[in-house]
Amino acid sequence: MQRLRHLLGTESLTAEQITFLLDEAKPFQEFQRHPLKKLATLRGKTVALAFFEPSTRTRISFATSASRLGADTMNLQAETSSLKKGESLLDTVRTLDAMKPDCIAMRHSSSGAAAFVASHLDIPVINAGDGMHEHPTQALLDALTIRDRRGSLAGLNVTIVGDILHSRVARSNLHLLAKFGCRFTLCGPAMWLPREFEGLLGDIPVRRTADIDEALQGADVIIVLRVQQERMHEPALPLDEYILLYQLTAERLRRAREGALVLHPGPMIRGLEIDPAVADGPQSCVLEQVTNGLAIRMALLFLMIGTGTESGAPKGTSHAAD
Amino acid sequence: MLLIKNGRVLDPASGTDAALDILLDGDSIARIAEPTGARDRNEAPARAEEFDATGMIVAPGFIDLHCHLREPGGESSETIETGTRAAARGGFTAVCPMPNTRPVNDNASVTRSIVERAAAAASTRVWPIGAASTGSRGEGLSEIAAMQKAGIVAVSDDGKPIATAKLLRQVMEYCQALALPVIDHCEDPSLFAGAVMREGRQSVRLGLTGMPAAAESIAVGRDVQIAELTGCHLHVAHLSARASLELVRAAKQRGLRVSCEVTPHHFTLTDEDVIYDTHFKMNPPLGSQEDRAALIEGLSDGTVDAIATDHAPHEPASKQVEFDRAPFGVTGFETALALALELVHAGRISLSRMVELFTSGPARVLGLTRRIAAGEPGDLTLFSTDRAWTFNSEDSASKSRNTPFHNRKFRGAPMATIVAGRVVYRREA
Repeated sequence: MQRLRHLLGTESLTAEQITFLLDEAKPFQEFQRHPLKKLATLRGKTVALAFFEPSTRTRISFATSASRLGADTMNLQAETSSLKKGESLLDTVRTLDAMKPDCIAMRHSSSGAAAFVASHLDIPVINAGDGMHEHPTQALLDALTIRDRRGSLAGLNVTIVGDILHSRVARSNLHLLAKFGCRFTLCGPAMWLPREFEGLLGDIPVRRTADIDEALQGADVIIVLRVQQERMHEPALPLDEYILLYQLTAERLRRAREGALVLHPGPMIRGLEIDPAVADGPQSCVLEQVTNGLAIRMALLFLMIGTGTESGAPKGTSHAAD
Repeated sequence: MLLIKNGRVLDPASGTDAALDILLDGDSIARIAEPTGARDRNEAPARAEEFDATGMIVAPGFIDLHCHLREPGGESSETIETGTRAAARGGFTAVCPMPNTRPVNDNASVTRSIVERAAAAASTRVWPIGAASTGSRGEGLSEIAAMQKAGIVAVSDDGKPIATAKLLRQVMEYCQALALPVIDHCEDPSLFAGAVMREGRQSVRLGLTGMPAAAESIAVGRDVQIAELTGCHLHVAHLSARASLELVRAAKQRGLRVSCEVTPHHFTLTDEDVIYDTHFKMNPPLGSQEDRAALIEGLSDGTVDAIATDHAPHEPASKQVEFDRAPFGVTGFETALALALELVHAGRISLSRMVELFTSGPARVLGLTRRIAAGEPGDLTLFSTDRAWTFNSEDSASKSRNTPFHNRKFRGAPMATIVAGRVVYRREA
């Protein structure tokens, strides 16, 4: 398998690459249960974390992944960065690059920002979310979660509910799962669900519906998106209206296949897009997703910046403590 | 005196398509004649300099109705000198800079300064367009009559639409009396809000905010109705959508004084070409394949009056940013003719129709004529229909490099540009 140069999105990945990444993540899943969570695999390597948009969970997940592999991190956060002083994105990342990190994981509010940076830097770029475009590590950790529970990704009925238009999570999941023959139903208020989504995956059909009951019928996997309250004002939609029509309740969930999985990329707002009973119920994968995020990001960092001479992914306990 | 020899004179306005020699005397065309053979060499004035146009088309001088020369105020992106040098390299003999300079060209003193600067430094004629409203802010009328005396040829608040239907009505009533065309950048601001490209499959794929075609056509509909109300000449700038074109076509059929222009990038590219490269970001944004097909149809059937570049230079650093933060606009002078020739080579428009779209078409919008005849201004564009070349933006005469056509291979190129009897550009052999 050729080393991944950058990870900018799932659209350009092949099913083989994805399967390989998920397989490589398996030992790192085991590793998270180990009492001593430190490897020497990437000792001496530096991962730059450039978060130009507020993020807690993704940033901590990347930082923890790097740290558990023995790598150091360089942290740049929008609040403290020179962007506020008018420096361009390009100058900022070139400055970071001059401190010689081995890769950069970046989040930015502009779609295409990661691709833009990748085209100007020689080091690998991992897209940790670019605007409304893609969030590939989220889709990978979702896929790992689904595969663990269902045994395979092949041919699943996947329903995504929420603000599809503005969701990078939706796009990355669609592109990734499409490569495994999943069938999709997208559900949400019509202004957040433009008809162009039907053609997003080429020949692979994508169903759109504004009716959540219809959308849940026969679903194997339900991905509930965060309601971005900052967007509610944009085409004004009252929150109560959203709750009325689109909240995933226990009753609605019964329409899905028995044991259907419920995923949420977080941060989750109980009582808004999801009923607490569902969030805490046996079908919810929310916390597994978080743990799997570490496994996926560790595998990625290992594969992208490991020198290839290291002992590799942990096998059993022998490489755990440093 | 300058004798243009051995060329094929193609002038749709006078119905000329023949091998003819043209003698320029001073700033005008003195004489058009059958090629001078040995027998009447004595007739040719001995002191005439000769230009061998063998293999070239000799056309009336090209006019660009829509460009941005950035002077005053934006000289890091372009100046009247550099912009018109690029225009001359593109075969243009006259260009119409939009008023969105700093300060805005909304009064006679700014107009005069542009005209004076052009007289001193420009390669081509510069026919400024004045702001319709003060500061192009959409509040009250600018000093239109005074600007007209200083040299403006039209008014526009380009970069944005004339703000309200009421203001547009006032501007049009006023300009009707002054015989000035009103050029509008047609856009509904509420539908456009936040957009960085055309709404469609590609905008959804890239996660970029899109503008529906209706954001343009709604404004065209408004404008056509105000044109009907006032009787004033409406010219729709950089028309990009099929629905807008249909409104213009219907307005023309009803006999209204409505004209429109289309840019080379809109008849060449589509939203599918946008992949986060800021050199593909302009306003109006690139449309759908269906729009592009409709625009080409309009160029061919006469609905479209002119090809205009909307040359909009931006210095490199300003375009080396995130897609949604980059300014709108692409350069266009040096590639316009070659892109139009692509349509000719593809059999979509005839060569003489193409020449019209660069000459008599835009001239008519400004209430002028453009033809090759004795006594007419000595403005000529000489071009080749098959000269092979590759456009390298690094070689551009513009101060800016923001073109989507860097490294595009072309067949056909401007060969020489003559303004007022003087060769202002000549392509190297």
